[in-house]
Amino acid sequence: MAKQTIELRVNGDRYEVAVDPWRTLAEVLREELRLTGTKIGCNQGDCGACTVLLDGRSVSSCLTLAVEAHQREITTIEGLAPSPDHLHPLQQAFVQHGAVQCGFCTPGMILAAKHLLENNPQPTEQEIRRGLGGNLCRCTGYNKIVEAVQAAAQELAAGKEG
Amino acid sequence: MKNPRIIGQSIPRLDAPDKATGRAIYTDDIKLPGMLYGKLLRSPLAHARIKRIDVAKARALPGVKDVIIGADTPQVKYGNWRLVPGSQDELPLAVDKVRFVGDEVAAVAALDPETAERACALIEVEYEELPAIFTVEEAIAEGAPLIHDESPGNVSLVRKIAYGDLDQMFAQAHYVREDTFKVHAVQHAYLEPCACVAQAEEGSRVTLWTSTQVPYIVQCLLASTLGLPENNVRVMKVAVGGGFGGKMELRPWEFCAAFLALRTGRPLKFTLTRSDELAFGRRRHPMSIYSKVAFSKEGKLLAKDFQVLLDGGAYNAMGPTATYLCGTFGNMLYNFPAYRYLGQHVYTNKPPASAMRGFGAPQAAFAAETQMNLAAQELGLDPIDLRLINAMQTGDEIPEVATISSCGFKESLTKVRQISGWDLKRKDKKPGRGLGIGCFSFISGGVFNWFNTKYNFSAAEVKVFEDGTAQLACMACDIGQGPDTVLRQILSAELGVSIEKIRLISMDTAATPKADLGTWGSRVTLMNGNAVIQAAGKIKDMLAPVLFSQFDLNQIHDLAFEDDKVFVRANPKRSMSLAECVYKALKGRRGEPLTARGYYTPRNKGLVSPAFSFGAQVAEVEVDADTGLTKVVKMYTAHDCGVPINKMSVEGQLEGAVQMGLGYTLMENLILDQQGRTLNTTFLDYKMPTAQDMPPGESVDVDTYEPEGPFGAKEAGEGLAIPTAPAIAHAVYEACGYRCKELPITPEKVLRALGKIK
Repeated sequence: MAKQTIELRVNGDRYEVAVDPWRTLAEVLREELRLTGTKIGCNQGDCGACTVLLDGRSVSSCLTLAVEAHQREITTIEGLAPSPDHLHPLQQAFVQHGAVQCGFCTPGMILAAKHLLENNPQPTEQEIRRGLGGNLCRCTGYNKIVEAVQAAAQELAAGKEG
Repeated sequence: MKNPRIIGQSIPRLDAPDKATGRAIYTDDIKLPGMLYGKLLRSPLAHARIKRIDVAKARALPGVKDVIIGADTPQVKYGNWRLVPGSQDELPLAVDKVRFVGDEVAAVAALDPETAERACALIEVEYEELPAIFTVEEAIAEGAPLIHDESPGNVSLVRKIAYGDLDQMFAQAHYVREDTFKVHAVQHAYLEPCACVAQAEEGSRVTLWTSTQVPYIVQCLLASTLGLPENNVRVMKVAVGGGFGGKMELRPWEFCAAFLALRTGRPLKFTLTRSDELAFGRRRHPMSIYSKVAFSKEGKLLAKDFQVLLDGGAYNAMGPTATYLCGTFGNMLYNFPAYRYLGQHVYTNKPPASAMRGFGAPQAAFAAETQMNLAAQELGLDPIDLRLINAMQTGDEIPEVATISSCGFKESLTKVRQISGWDLKRKDKKPGRGLGIGCFSFISGGVFNWFNTKYNFSAAEVKVFEDGTAQLACMACDIGQGPDTVLRQILSAELGVSIEKIRLISMDTAATPKADLGTWGSRVTLMNGNAVIQAAGKIKDMLAPVLFSQFDLNQIHDLAFEDDKVFVRANPKRSMSLAECVYKALKGRRGEPLTARGYYTPRNKGLVSPAFSFGAQVAEVEVDADTGLTKVVKMYTAHDCGVPINKMSVEGQLEGAVQMGLGYTLMENLILDQQGRTLNTTFLDYKMPTAQDMPPGESVDVDTYEPEGPFGAKEAGEGLAIPTAPAIAHAVYEACGYRCKELPITPEKVLRALGKIK
C-alpha cells in the first residue's frame, strides 16, 4: 500500500509527513518527528506509557493510526511546559512530590492526568485513581502520583481564580 | 550523631524535570546515522537439538544486511558468577541445543525492524525435539533427561549451611512442626522493555547504550564473549526505565548488537517487545520449600531445617546468588541455636529465573514467616509476641553470615503493633476481616565477590573547580531508585557544596573510575556513598592548607565545609567561600587539578553483607466469602533502614514495594502450557496492580544509625518487597480461615478452602 501524506499538528507545530497507512501515531511521533518523550511500554494499549492528547482527549498513541490524526491537534509531553524554564503545574507537582522514579510511565501519566483535570478540575482521590487506571507504573506504587495530581489540581484552580 | 542538614531531606529528584518533560533519553530513543535494526529468532521448542540451520533465504531478502547464528560467533560462555567458571552456562546464540521456548537461535540485521522480522521468519531451523522438564520434582527424579550435560541430576549448584546440634534440638523441643510451601513465577515488569544500541569505531572498539543495571558487568562479559579487551567496550549512560533485578546480566541482544555492529560497520539497535519480555524474560524463582522448625515451651526457637528447590529455568543467571540468599534469609530475623539449609538450584526447560527485588528472600520469608504465624497459633501466643521472644538485636551474631551492626527489629515490631491497632482489632474481630503480619531483613549490598572483580566494588571521583562547583564521576546506575540524587546529597553533605552545583557523570564505563558492580542487592547508597565520602575527604585534605595558611591557624583546629563555605569550626568568622578556597589551592598546585578518588569494598564483614535492614508489616484485609476476592484495606509498615538519606525516595521505595508485593501475593503469575510456552504475554493477561488496586498505607521509620553506612544509612529498596506476601496470607487466614501455603492467593483457592467450590 502506498504511503499517505498527512498533516500532523503537534504541540502547535505543523508537520507534513508521508507515512505507511498502518503506522501508529506513537511510531510516527517517535521515529519521524523524533518526539521521543512519548514512550512505548507495551505497544498493545495496556500500559498507557504512550498516552497523548488528540483533540484534547487522552488516547493510546500505540493504538491510534497516524493517518487518523491527520489535521487533528496532538499534544505530547514535549508540548506541555509553557517554556523551557517553566514546567506545567502537573509536571512541577510530579517532580516536587516524588511521583517520578524511572520516569518511563511519567509522560503518559501526566497527559492522562491532564485529560482528567480538564474534564474534572477537582477530582476526589478515587476519581484520580480511576482516571489513571489505564496507566501502569511499577516504581512508585501510585500514591505519590495521586498526591501530585491532587496538588496540581489545587494549583490550577488557584491559578484560574487568581 | 548529628548529620548535615541535607541528610534526610526530601530533595526532589534532580533527573525528574527531564523525565517529566520527555527530554530524558532512554535507549530506544537513540537513532544514529545509518543505524540498522536487529531481531532475534527464538526457539519455539522447550528442549531440542539443533540439526540444521539455513539462513540463505533470510540473507537474500532485500534490506537484510547480516544474519548470524551461533556457529558464526566466538562461542564463549558467559554468566555473572565468573568466580565459578563452571557456572557460566550461557551462549548468546544457541549452538547445539535449545533449552527453553525463547532460547535465542539467530539474529538478523536489516534496514528496518519489519524487514528484520520477515527475515527471521525465513530462517529454516530443523530441530530434533527432546523430552522437556517443567517442574523441579521431575528434574531431580532419577532418569530425568539432562538439560546441561555438565550438571548431573539437573542440579547446577548446591548451597549448604549447618551449625548447632540440629538432632539434639529437635529431640528436646516442646513443639516441632513441618510444612511445605510453593511459590510461583512473577516478572519485574519494568515499564521500559529492554533495548540496546551498539556502535563500532576504530575497528574493534564498541560503544553500547543499553537498558541495564550493571554497566561494568556488561562491559566485562561483552568483551569476553566478543574476544576483545575490556578496554575496547564502553557502556554508556542512558535513562533506564526500571530494572528490579531483571536487567543485571549480559543479554543475548547486547552481544548480537555489538557483534553485528562490528561485522556490518553500522550502528545497530535491538528493542524487545512486551511480549518478548513476558514470554522469554527473566523472572522470580518459583520454589518448593520444606521447613521444619522447633520451639521450646516458652516459644524460643531452637532449630530449623530448611530445604529449598529453586526452579532456575534453563540457565543459571543469578540463580546461584538466589540460592545463597535463600539460605541466609531462611534464618534471619530470629536467633536459632541450630540451623541447617540445603538449597539446590535446579534446571528446567523454562525461561531462566534470576534476581528480582529480594533475590531469594521473598520466597524464603513467605515460608519462614507463614510458619511463624502457624506456630504462634499452635503455641497459643500472639504472633508479634512470638517474634519479640526470638527477635535479633544489634550485636547478635549469625554463624557463617555476619555480626549485626545495627538492628531495629524489635522496635519495628512494637511500632507496627501500635500503628495498626493490632491488639484492639484482634480482640474485637469483625467477620470477614483480618490482620496479618510478615517481617523482613535484607542486605545492603553483597560481600561475596562472585563476579571476581579485581577492582573495588564501588568507586567515585570528585573534582572541584574555582567557581565553587564540583563534578562527581561514578559508575553507579540510576534505574529509577534515585542514586543520581542521593549520591549528590552525600557529596553535598560531606564537602559542603550545594547540590545544584554538582555535575554528575554516571554509568559510563570509560569516563568513571573503576569499578562498580551495579545496581542490585540494595548496594548503591551504602557502597557508592562510602566511596563518595572517601573521595570528598581527600579533596578536603587538599583544601585545608589554604585556610591554615590564610588564617595562621593552630594545627589543633578543625575545619567545617558547609553552605559552599570553608571555615574554622571553633571560630566560624574565619571563613572563605569554597570557590575562593579552591582557587587558592589551585594556585598553589601549579596547574594540577583538584581531583580525588574514593573507593569502597566491604572487608571483614562476614560473607553476606556489611549491613542489614529490618522491618515488620501488617496487612489488614477483607475477604468476600461469596466471591473469594481479597481486598487489602490498609498496609502498615515499620522499618529500620538506618538513616534515610532522602526521605521521599525511601517512601517511594516502600510504596512501590507494596505494589509489587501485592501483585506477587494476589494477582501476578506467569502461566505456562504443557509445552513450556508462556500463555499470558500481555499486560492484559499478566495483571499487576493499577492505581485503583492500591490500598492506603501508613508507615513509620525506626531510628537507627548504621556504623558502616554513609551518614548511618543502609538498605531501603528491596527489603520492603519481602514481608507483604506473608502478611497478606496471614490476614486472609484470620479473615476467612484459608491458610495459604502456595502462592498466589486466588479467589478459586479461597472458595475451595471455604468449601464453596470443589
